[in-house]
Amino acid sequence: MAEIVIRNLRKEFGDFVAVKESSFTIGDGEFFMLLGPSGCGKTTTLRMIAGLELPTSGEIYIGGEEVSQKPASQRDIAFVFQMFALYPHMNVRRNISYPLVSQRLPRAQVKAKVAEVARILGIESILDKPVGGLSGGDRQRVALGRAIVRNPKAFMMDEPLGALDAEFREHMAEELRALHDRVKATTVYVTHDQLEAMQMGDKIVVMNHGVVEQFGTPKEIYDHPATMFVADFIGSPSMNFLRFEGGFHPGDTAVTLGGLQISTPELCEEAAGRKLALGVRPEHITLTDTGDYRGRIEAIEYLGTTQIITLSSPHGLLKARTPASQAARIGDTVGLAFTASTLALFDAGTGRAFRTSANAGMHHV
Amino acid sequence: MSEVMLSNLSKSYGSNLALDNVTMTIPDGAFVVLLGPTGAGKTTTLRLIAGLDAPDKGDVQIDGRSVLPDMPAQRDVAMVFQQYSLYPHLTVRDNLAFPLRSPILNWSEPDIAKRVKDVAEVLRIAHKLDNKATNLSGGEMQRVSIGRALVRQPRIYLMDEPLSSLDAKLRADLRIELKRIHNDLGATFLYVTHDQIEAMTMATHVGVLDQGRLVQFGTPREIYEAPVSTYVATRLGQPRINLLPADTFGLAPENAVQIGLRPEHIRQGAGSQATVKRVEHLGDQTRLHLKLGSHDLITLTDVHTRLAPGDPIAIAPENPLWFDASGARLP
Repeated sequence: MAEIVIRNLRKEFGDFVAVKESSFTIGDGEFFMLLGPSGCGKTTTLRMIAGLELPTSGEIYIGGEEVSQKPASQRDIAFVFQMFALYPHMNVRRNISYPLVSQRLPRAQVKAKVAEVARILGIESILDKPVGGLSGGDRQRVALGRAIVRNPKAFMMDEPLGALDAEFREHMAEELRALHDRVKATTVYVTHDQLEAMQMGDKIVVMNHGVVEQFGTPKEIYDHPATMFVADFIGSPSMNFLRFEGGFHPGDTAVTLGGLQISTPELCEEAAGRKLALGVRPEHITLTDTGDYRGRIEAIEYLGTTQIITLSSPHGLLKARTPASQAARIGDTVGLAFTASTLALFDAGTGRAFRTSANAGMHHV
Repeated sequence: MSEVMLSNLSKSYGSNLALDNVTMTIPDGAFVVLLGPTGAGKTTTLRLIAGLDAPDKGDVQIDGRSVLPDMPAQRDVAMVFQQYSLYPHLTVRDNLAFPLRSPILNWSEPDIAKRVKDVAEVLRIAHKLDNKATNLSGGEMQRVSIGRALVRQPRIYLMDEPLSSLDAKLRADLRIELKRIHNDLGATFLYVTHDQIEAMTMATHVGVLDQGRLVQFGTPREIYEAPVSTYVATRLGQPRINLLPADTFGLAPENAVQIGLRPEHIRQGAGSQATVKRVEHLGDQTRLHLKLGSHDLITLTDVHTRLAPGDPIAIAPENPLWFDASGARLP
């Protein structure tokens, strides 16, 4: 197992720049998520780490060794694709042992390794079955087994759960994560599903248009998004943006929007006459009877423990997440309170988050 | 708008019993969601109401009259399929207008134009009205195909997973739109999905199907809080309900074989000793994966918890549900 360091990685396809000067470090044994919408460069980044694409410039270190121009076969990495490709004419045991047999490992050793992998994955009972009749889940486990059995330096996974239906997907996600906790292999995992990334990842890189927007733990990224893109992409419903024009000084602990003072974390930067956006997560809006900031309830969506309330406000539609026990009626006008310590301020032009006492030291801008 | 009654409806395809003696009333103006995994009989129910298939047994009544002798066109229902089906050679405008140009309806062109414009605005495709239907993204095509049902005012809207091919953000927007349309029109909807969020948020009533049988029918809150069985209990709720042997926490009622605990129904601080296996920070909630003896369970905790893997934690059940050997809930 190994640490992977990515430095100033860039990839051009003709005139198109797929990945722009990306840098981040994947810790030894980490479950690392590359997250972003389609076309953001996440799969290209993964393919460069695996050696399926060569970078235009930049460096890739796997376990301290610079490998960016080496072929895939010399990097000792296992790749699990979205569509798990198994050899249809071989049974489960031969599918899993294939990578070892082709390395000419002694038969007894192959047997022991396959048995161990089958035990870890809980597929001992199907070892002698043909792969043709297996369920989707078992096929996925066999494909994983074939990757694990080589004991590579790292695993690359490209949306391995993308083709599964929602219920089964959740189950496999838990299984994959539990497997990682047992094997502790460095894993780089590509997904466009923010919940999957939050659930499974130790660290997340959020990419957009070939650029790394933010890099951190799921909690850091959710609580302190570095850009409006990240704030919007992570979380469901996503962060509300109250757009306004104005300014503030270092040391201020409130902003003025629509003539009202709204308390914020202490601001560390200067802004004047700028287009700004106040970022509020749905769970940080509280409905009150009083309160000067008013909103009209447009829709209520019951979710069991919580409910999502859509409100029209002077700054457009807002979504609040409240306990399901909170009384609310469509058409009512209510006061809205925001949890000051959790609010973020963005430059609405560039999308960058301003530094505050809450996100200090969180990202490098 | 209309009430739809299904009585003792059964349908087999070859040796496969797709629908097994289903009786259900879809009240006038209701938004009924049929929930269940693939193969539960959801789509079959829609097809029998629409007249695309004939039942082997039982009856379908709309407004108190059996519609079994009627052709699909005569039943006056609108159906939206999972896979959008548009006329590729027509513009979006003409696709939307098509159902209204039926000679039976006899609408004037200005009325049609107004209706098409209104529906296009609701679905946010007004700026694409002059596009060819094929010159749209997948999400836009699906909105046009929903729009084609909405331009008419049929006796019931039948929808078969209409949002499943859309991305998460658009799906969330359209959930609210459909709900608003339902409120504004007072229309009757029968909606099929396997997405529990759609069921919880849009339905006035949820029907849970299991292998062709209707196992529970009630409001989303009833289904969530008082499921009749472990099967129903696992249909709703994310993370899903924890099902453990009844005596896990000590005493259990007579005949109880399993205890069901929603993640929010586990009290922390006293009780049985468990170990934290994993902490998931999902932003708006933090999930704890626990090991209690040989059992895994999931609960929710404070967003800013300091708990870490390996930490001990005492837990006790709160408002548990009890189930017998057959999986039925004990009163």
